[in-house]
Order: sequence, then structure tokens, then C-alpha cells
Amino acid sequence: MIRLYDHELSGNCYKVRLLLSLLGEQYERVPVDLHPIRENRTAWFLALNPHGQVPVLDDSGFVLCESNAILVYLASRPGVPDQWYPRNDVQALGRTARWLEFATRLSGIISAARNHDLMQEQADIGALRSKARSLLRVLDEHLWFTEQAGRGWLAGEAPGVADVACFPWVMLSGEGGIDRLPWPAIARWTDRVKRLPGFVPMSGVFPASPGL
Amino acid sequence: MSIPNPGRIEPVLWDDWHPVAELAALRHGRRLDTGLLGRPLTVTLRADGAIDACSGPHALPHLDTRYGFVWACLGAPVRDIVKFAAADEPDRIPVTGGSMAVAASGLRAVENFLDLGHLGYVHQGYLGEEPHTDIKPYTVGPREGGGIRATGCRVYQPRPSPADTSGYEVDYIYEVHRPYIVVLYKANPVDRTRMDLIALLLQPVSEESCVAHSFMSYPPHDVNEKSVRGFQQLIFGQDRPILENQLPKRLPLDAKAEISVRADSSSAHYRRWLSQLGVRFGAIPQAPA
Repeated sequence: MIRLYDHELSGNCYKVRLLLSLLGEQYERVPVDLHPIRENRTAWFLALNPHGQVPVLDDSGFVLCESNAILVYLASRPGVPDQWYPRNDVQALGRTARWLEFATRLSGIISAARNHDLMQEQADIGALRSKARSLLRVLDEHLWFTEQAGRGWLAGEAPGVADVACFPWVMLSGEGGIDRLPWPAIARWTDRVKRLPGFVPMSGVFPASPGL
Repeated sequence: MSIPNPGRIEPVLWDDWHPVAELAALRHGRRLDTGLLGRPLTVTLRADGAIDACSGPHALPHLDTRYGFVWACLGAPVRDIVKFAAADEPDRIPVTGGSMAVAASGLRAVENFLDLGHLGYVHQGYLGEEPHTDIKPYTVGPREGGGIRATGCRVYQPRPSPADTSGYEVDYIYEVHRPYIVVLYKANPVDRTRMDLIALLLQPVSEESCVAHSFMSYPPHDVNEKSVRGFQQLIFGQDRPILENQLPKRLPLDAKAEISVRADSSSAHYRRWLSQLGVRFGAIPQAPA
């Protein structure tokens, strides 16, 4: 049985919920009261993850923290189609690792901007938004070239963990005051993600409109 | 010593109490840099449990706590902090919802809270769903003690609260107590003779930004504080991007500024009442006739 220590508004938790749903996995959500109680700093939670962060996955006693690690683990289990973590295609695997790194960069910056806008945390918001725009420009260019090459996904021929890792933080950029309008290839890619069978939204991320 | 009011903000807001911090957040953070009515505000929880607040060099003379929040008045208080009678019932469980800042006027947030029409779309699967999106007629009038009151609101909700897994038609009563304070009474899912209380307390930070504080008070049936707070954050997290995309960010009070329909009756009453009170902060006042 898979159990996910989770918070609805966490972009990194959403990554894991999204992949679990795309894979059609049943799992149990264990909410962690982050705001304003900070249950993630309590002894029981720190015993689970010494970094004090959600998400944490517990797969029948195998406990794993760090959202990208959880994605790689979930996608590498026997029976899961190769596309999600393309371990037999070295180039796609390399690109997957590259875009997982990118997701970490993006989440660091967007979450700081979002915590500034949402939680009144102190930050140099101008610098954060400018860094976020530089990253989104790189992503938009990459996606444009993959579309020109007849693909539509970050790492391979099909959607994979790289897409799942980047998607939440691209969608949450607006909550940090970062406009996504200048990036048309990103808009097409987020629409493709939203139309994947098994896609689930999170609070603040809306599903694609039906019937198109 | 009172706080300078160079913007000549109207007394109905300047001399009233506003929520400025959630106590639980202060306990975990000790210091909060925020703002009220265009003034910067720093709220600090001291090690001895006392609370300090200052705006620049000026210490705030009027500071108090109620419902799990710190309240401040920048001017000379002309009335007490808002009180919800139902919350005094001794068996009720109070919960604060985790405050969130929003880049929109707090008056827009009040109006959105009053809006029955968005429930089936923005909160699809929770507080409404297609095709149950029709708004049945309801009644709006003045509230005893000031403000406005909407009664007879009925909405089909697939998942009205964290305690519900099946949908039914839910009774709502809305009360606007102050320009930035609105409360919703909703039939309790277990004991339908009693009402859950969900109050949205807006802290007007600037004319185009606010902090949304929420206070809930439930009869003691299967209430799990964590699930209540989680549900509230999920719902408000859906509202926030919608609110932030409304333009203009301030609320227009002119009846002809935005098109409204019968279902928007509480919004129309709210805007008219704000005009009568002379509220300008966070609003686009009616053009003089």
C-alpha cells in the first residue's frame, strides 16, 4: 500500500499526486498541517524526514523523501511502462536527469516568489521573478525545438517524469506574480499535460476545458 | 499617540478594528511584516507572550486578540471588534484557517465569498458542479446591527464539507458585518438544526491587496481541525487565482460599472451599502451625479 504524506497546496506534493494518478495507482493521502501549524517540524514528522519537508512516500514500509526521487522510484517499479523513466534509452535518460535538475531550480525560485506573495515572507521579489523568467525562456525554447522535431515532451517521445516534475512549478508561477503569457510553447505543453488520461488538478491549477 | 493618516482614509475604516495576524502563525514565526490601510505594519510575539505591533516608528496603541487573530485599530476605535454570537455557544470548536495574501482588493474577496454563481465552476466537485449551476432566488436585506444579510440561499453541493462524502442541497445564510468582514452560516452536515460558521476576515493591506484570514466555528460533530483547515485552504486556493485576475483590482461601486444579473443580488446590495457608508479604500467610488 502506498501512503503519501501530503499537503494540498504544495507543488512538490502535487508532482507525486499527478504521477500516481497518471499511473492509475491507488494510494492513501496523509495530510500534514503545514500552515500555520508547521506539523512538518514536529518530532514524529522529522523522524520520517529529517529535512522536515513534504512529500514523503511510504510504499509498504519503504520510506522515501524528495519529490524527484519519489517520481523516479514510482516510475521505475516493475510493470510501469518505460516511457515514464526511460532507463533503456541513454539520451532520453540523460535529458530526464537534466529536466529533473531544472525542476529543482524552478521550484526553488517559484516557491520563494509564491511564499512571498502568498505567505508574506520576505524576499527580493524582483530578482526572483527575473530569474524565473530566465528559466521559463529556456524551457519555452526547448519545447519549441522539441515540437519542431515532432515531439512534444521534455525528455523523450512520450510524457515522462521530467514533464511531471516541471509542470506544477510552471503552473504555480502565476501565484508568484510571474506571467506565463509570453511563452506560447509552454502554454501548448501545459495543455498537452492537462489532456493526459488520468490528469488531476490541484487547488489553483484548473483542468483543461472539455470538448476541444 | 495615534498613527498619521496622510491619505485621509475614511473613519469608517481607520477607526475600526482589522485582523492583522493569525496567532498560530506568530507562535511559529514570532514576527510578521505586513501592512494595514496603506501603512506598513510589523507584528511581533515576545517571548513572554505579549504582542507588539508598530507602523514605522509608531507603536500601535490599539491592539487586541479575538478568534485566534491579532486585531489592530490605527485610529481611535469607535466600536468593538466584530462578534459572531453563534461562536459563543460553549460546545463549538473554533478553527483558524491559515491566512493567505491576495493581490486584489479585500472588497473583491468579500464579493467573491458572497457569490453563489461561482461555486459550480471554481469549486467544481466540492461546493457545486455542472449541471446544478442555476441560482435559485434568495432574499437580501439590511442586517440588524448594520451590514447586509442574504437568506434562503440553496445550493446543490457534491462535497459541502470535509465531513461529507455525498452531495445534497445546502442552506446558506450570508451576513456582511463590516466592509471587510463577511460570514457564512451553513447547515451542519450531521446536525442540520445547527449552523457551521465560516467567516472571512479581510485585512486591507493596500487598495489592491489584502490578507484573507478565515475563522470557522463548528458544532462538535466529527470535527478534525486539520481536515477543516485543509479543506478551507483547498477552497481558498481555488478562489485566489480567480480573484487576482479580476480587473480592475479595486471594487467598482457604480451600479453600471459591471453587468450583474439577478443571482448577483447580494453583490449589488453590498456595493450599494459600501457607497452609503462612504467606503473608498479598495473601491472605485461612484461618480458624482
